[in-house]
Amino acid sequence: MQYLDNIIFLILLVAGFGLFGKSLLKIYRNIRLGKEINRSDRKAERWETMARVAMGQSRMVKRPVAGILHLFVYVGFVIINIELIEIIVDGIFGTHRFLATIFGHTFYNIFTATLEVLAILVIIGVVLFFIRRNFYGVKRLTMKELFGWPKNDANWILIIEFALMVFFFTMNSSDLILQQRGVLAEHGSFPISQMTLVPFFDIFNFDSGFLVFVERAAWWLHFVGILFFMNYLYYSKHLHIILAFPSTWYANLNLYGKFNNLDSVTAEIKLMMDPNADPYAAPAEGAVTEAPSKFGAEDVFDLNQVQLLNAYSCTECGRCTSVCPANITGKKLSPRLILMKTRDRLEEVGRNIDKNGKFEDDGKKLLNDYITKEELWACTTCNACTEACPVLLDPLSIIFEMRRFLVMEQSAAPQELNLMMTNVENNAAPWQYNQADRLNWAKD
Amino acid sequence: MDFTIKTMADYAAEGKSPEVLFWVGCAGSFDDRAKKITKAFCKILNKIGVDFAVLGQEESCTGDPAKRAGNEFVFQMMAMTNIEVLNAYEVKKIVTACPHCFNTLKNEYPSLGGNYEVIHHTQFLKQLMEDGRLKIEGGAFKGKKITFHDPCYLGRANGEYEAPRMLLEKLDAELVEMKRCKANGLCCGAGGAQMFKEPEKGDKDVNIERTEEALSFEPKIIATGCPFCNTMLTDGVKHFNKNTEVEVKDIVELLAEAEDL
Repeated sequence: MQYLDNIIFLILLVAGFGLFGKSLLKIYRNIRLGKEINRSDRKAERWETMARVAMGQSRMVKRPVAGILHLFVYVGFVIINIELIEIIVDGIFGTHRFLATIFGHTFYNIFTATLEVLAILVIIGVVLFFIRRNFYGVKRLTMKELFGWPKNDANWILIIEFALMVFFFTMNSSDLILQQRGVLAEHGSFPISQMTLVPFFDIFNFDSGFLVFVERAAWWLHFVGILFFMNYLYYSKHLHIILAFPSTWYANLNLYGKFNNLDSVTAEIKLMMDPNADPYAAPAEGAVTEAPSKFGAEDVFDLNQVQLLNAYSCTECGRCTSVCPANITGKKLSPRLILMKTRDRLEEVGRNIDKNGKFEDDGKKLLNDYITKEELWACTTCNACTEACPVLLDPLSIIFEMRRFLVMEQSAAPQELNLMMTNVENNAAPWQYNQADRLNWAKD
Repeated sequence: MDFTIKTMADYAAEGKSPEVLFWVGCAGSFDDRAKKITKAFCKILNKIGVDFAVLGQEESCTGDPAKRAGNEFVFQMMAMTNIEVLNAYEVKKIVTACPHCFNTLKNEYPSLGGNYEVIHHTQFLKQLMEDGRLKIEGGAFKGKKITFHDPCYLGRANGEYEAPRMLLEKLDAELVEMKRCKANGLCCGAGGAQMFKEPEKGDKDVNIERTEEALSFEPKIIATGCPFCNTMLTDGVKHFNKNTEVEVKDIVELLAEAEDL
């Protein structure tokens, strides 16, 4: 039974990654429920944007405190995951600190010391984040819209990350003491453990057998913790650590002011304005007759795949909402909530498909059941939200598509806007002035 | 106006074409306050001898408010009509004093067949200044405190923050920046067709929030580059009963004043 550890390890590893893969496939399936959108142009610019914004965190540091703390956690997280390779090899083959044999003495010392420094930065980061979020009263982090799961989720993430780092230091500290006692071969340098937990362990003068147990326990907990955290992502806003990358790659690269023109409408208008067009003509032989599409969006199926990806990528930081003029002045609109509700609805649709094999009408829609007209009509389309988003998400595009649905499918605009639109249509101005009077100012 | 405003039709009749088409916009044509901005701009162009024309009765709404309200049909109807007119006159260069017209003409007309060089009046004036055609002596404004409110559709939507500021600096005034300026600028509350409806229920109106911020610097003048921002901030200043102390002016009005036009 000497291979029991290795077998258990392998089973956990396969199960952990397998389950995670399954979750990712589900997310992929749900995103594909949206309409296709071609965002494969300007590839060089897209890679550059992703590198700068997602990897380089260029937009995070616009708010320096959160930006730097986030940088600690992000860099620590990314680099500490190199250690995962070591854990996997050690776990499968029963080796101990396998990378030491490849890296050589000096480089392995540098490597482990670096990980220790990063790990302590992660701890500092998550502790300060926890305090900031729960006791410091940053408005966007304590808004009512986060009550319940979003708030708990945020705290759980910080607690799990804290625990993972504590396991890491516990493992290193006991390992170091065992190395000093000659029980384990000397590999690596652990400056932070040396300064913090080792003196603490020394007080109790644990015997080596117990320390071996502690080291193993911490190693296993660290590993199982990583697998757990990975699978927790699916249920969490923490998905952004993965989806921030595709979201920035597929981001809208146009100027914020450039809203898309609906091609289906263009075709109609051209037909309308063409004096030679015969509206009663039968379609040409072999012409592709498209099913009449819906204008705008009333449910997640009408949004495009990038918008749905955006909903999964949102980490609910609320930078968008904190700069939204409507929200600042107490209106119901919150760009963050637009994304959160889109995700909630998409997940609901996903569960519906899991249960029924395909989507069965549940009598609900994103519009009205999740996002209300009042929210949609409060938007000034000022783009402060898109400017503020650290990962280039576009809540405004969702608001805009839903307005289109309200106006073009339901004629459900506020009365004053109907009047404005009638004026534009009939008088070529949003006010009821005569077009013939357009140059009157020149005669005053 | 003590000079004649020529239309594209006038130019066409003479078999000529102007250097630039001035797109006046609905506010600039009909709104009494915005008409002053229109006139100030025309006076400057006239003074330095820029050959410009307007469309006059042939101009229609660009469709911006309809589009942003969600009415793509009305927007495209307007856009196509305008494009037919503009293309018939073979227009190459358009200048406008309205950031909403500017944005729509520049960004949303090309895919419908309307390709023009579109510039905001502050950008045009900056160009004229750099070319040495426009010279401004800022005496009248020396030391006066001015704060500039970035229009969303000029700033964030199109990335233009410098042209208006460069013009203001020429006035020798004391330019103070609000905390929320440039890319972080706060909307005046009129964009996205909000101009034409009552705001949703909230604690206060957006223009009040914005005016409050501007007034906290105790400026003499709040400068804008958009007729809608102008209206919203003017209302805000009235709300605080400051309309005798603080003026809300478009940059081009300030320039015209500096030139005593």
